[in-house]
Amino acid sequence: MKPGEQNPSAAVPIMDAEAIRSALRRIAHEIVERNTHPERIVLAGIPSRGVELASHIAVFIREIDKIDIETGVIDVAMHRDDVGTRAELPVVRASKLPLPLDQRTVIIVDDVLFTGRTVRAAMDAINSFGRPARIQLAVLVDRGHRELPIRPDYVGKNLPTATGEQIQVRLQETDNEPDAVWLERK
Amino acid sequence: MTTRWTRKDLLGLRELSADEINFILETADAFKQVGTREIKKVPALQGKTLVNFFVEPSTRTRTSFELAAFRLSADVINISATSSSLAKGETLKDTARNLEALHADILVLRHSSAGAPQFLAQRLKSSVINAGDGAHEHPTQALLDLYTIRERRGKIAGLDVAIIGDILFSRVARSNIFGLLKLGARVTLVGPSTLVPREFEKLGVEVSHKIDNVLPKADVVNLLRIQHARQRKEYFPGIGEYSRLFGLTKERAKLLKSDCLIMHPGPINRGVEIDSEVADSLQSVILDQVTNGLAVRMAVLYLCGGIAT
Repeated sequence: MKPGEQNPSAAVPIMDAEAIRSALRRIAHEIVERNTHPERIVLAGIPSRGVELASHIAVFIREIDKIDIETGVIDVAMHRDDVGTRAELPVVRASKLPLPLDQRTVIIVDDVLFTGRTVRAAMDAINSFGRPARIQLAVLVDRGHRELPIRPDYVGKNLPTATGEQIQVRLQETDNEPDAVWLERK
Repeated sequence: MTTRWTRKDLLGLRELSADEINFILETADAFKQVGTREIKKVPALQGKTLVNFFVEPSTRTRTSFELAAFRLSADVINISATSSSLAKGETLKDTARNLEALHADILVLRHSSAGAPQFLAQRLKSSVINAGDGAHEHPTQALLDLYTIRERRGKIAGLDVAIIGDILFSRVARSNIFGLLKLGARVTLVGPSTLVPREFEKLGVEVSHKIDNVLPKADVVNLLRIQHARQRKEYFPGIGEYSRLFGLTKERAKLLKSDCLIMHPGPINRGVEIDSEVADSLQSVILDQVTNGLAVRMAVLYLCGGIAT
């Protein structure tokens, strides 16, 4: 179902496929500029959309720098701080990172940055694999409302929102819909 | 994957749908990965208390649950039949209510009476996990068997699985039958007619009393431990004769397809239900079963113990 299908006026398009592409391309450029050893980078996507975004960023980096960046999956479900408080558990998926992590820069990739709790859980998960040289954060949309002292290193789009609003990201592989970002008012 | 887990208890595989079984196996994939990390521990059940309540002794299953709980950061207490107040005449229900009064969140129960876990699950807010009840079910053993088959063969549907041995008294066999049939395998039970009566055909399995006819077509053979030979003499032909007729000897193993998996829930009786060379052969996945048991039990504890009650 498309967001706001019953009430189309409630969903506002924020980014279309082209806007997402150019945002990811710009993030790829920034990653290459800011890391003196791009070969040490691991792009660790948070399932499901973060994994898809990480693979797109890896393609752009290959175009820019002729280098194959390693990608991984970092599942946060078993590191969340709200287990036992929800009627429905988040689905856990297998994490996968190239080892060892020493000397490497792990870049967490997610679609939307909101409270920061998912990113905290992702950092905990990464630490259980080893001790990377540094961890950075790339997100497609930063919608504000942080509950933890966390800030992104690479942002596709800054989008100040009200707490009642929702950001819906749709990606081709994950959702079988054209790439798009929508803002939904409740 | 559209299934969501909503059960607080795991009592048996008979009551689960194929989707729910697959959901547990997929969740176990994620937890198996945790075992390969530098720090093999996640905070998923931090602050929860698990009680291993084993009225019947079992070191293997208890240890597996204990380690699974540790890896999920839960606190664990072990209570055995002899150390519990059951030995002083307290009823099962009163013991369990006392454990709940101590805020035990998850109760893992091994009991000699079929239905004991269900009895407690209906009366307690805590999650109840059946770790084997009488000759009824042993769901986590069957789940780890299913997981191991799926891992090695990539699927379960369409496989021919032979379960060999003491079927009549085996909760492992019963849980395996339910799980395998739900996931689309064909099941053949093999053993002497006293231990594998024809009544089992009603469950939708084949029954055979001639192991040599079954082995050549099997994709998986699951050998059950012969454990009641002394207690229930009238059912057994005698250990030596059992081995001769139904043991997976070195000679007999030659009848197996080269990719047939050999499984055993352990502890194995070398030279009784299985020859040493066969147990240690490349086809044997007995130790994979142990490793996978940990992942499967982590998944079950996470799913049942993680939902809000």
